[in-house]
Amino acid sequence: MQLSRRLFLQGSVALAALLAIPRALVAAAWPEKAFASKAASEAMTALFGTDQATPSSAISLDAPEIAENGAVVPISVETTLENVRSVSIVVEKNPRPLAVSFEIPPGTLPDVACRIKMGQTSQVMAVVKTDDGLFSAAKEVKVTIGGCGG
Amino acid sequence: MASKIKVKVKLKGDVAEVKSLMLHPMETGSRKDPDSGATIPVHHITELTFLNNGETVMAVHCSTAVSRDPFFSFSFTGAKAGDTLEVRWVDNKGESDSVETVLG
Repeated sequence: MQLSRRLFLQGSVALAALLAIPRALVAAAWPEKAFASKAASEAMTALFGTDQATPSSAISLDAPEIAENGAVVPISVETTLENVRSVSIVVEKNPRPLAVSFEIPPGTLPDVACRIKMGQTSQVMAVVKTDDGLFSAAKEVKVTIGGCGG
Repeated sequence: MASKIKVKVKLKGDVAEVKSLMLHPMETGSRKDPDSGATIPVHHITELTFLNNGETVMAVHCSTAVSRDPFFSFSFTGAKAGDTLEVRWVDNKGESDSVETVLG
């Protein structure tokens, strides 16, 4: 009786651990080091282990040519690349270049949009991580009024 | 407190188009109070998660470079009318907000 109870308990613990894994894989911890990095290459290395991404025409990065207000710059990223794991937006000349990172679970389309702040005119880069590696697309956005300070 | 997250979902077949707007100051930590001159402490959303029937369909990691009152949109497949979509965020002060909406 005691033995079976122990087995049951061990079984439940193992099952709970198994159930916990998939969510842990999808929702990785907030990458503090990458967000604190002050250079784009440093942020990419902290996030992906490398700052080398292959430029790809399969990524469409939509951003305004001229952003009058740097506090609200609409950015959208869409790609036809397959098995996308994440989409990150890096603003080279922001004090902390990594702006936002989208984790894409299977079943979610690699087509995201948000609004970000830009301190000054800068290259904006979309970095797409797939099962095959890192790919990127970049565009310069001119900023008339910066949106990082006061 | 009522949730300060707005979420709209458009169903096209089994694809759900999600648009979400939430109220948050997203302070960078470099702005100064115009009256007192004191630095306004950093205060921003760190993680934003969308769950459909409890399954994560999108997880967003945010820095202070996300605009004040953040807006996000994305789409996911495998959605059907009657599904429950939950949106929730936590910020660097440990504050949080969440809202649920039924698809269809």
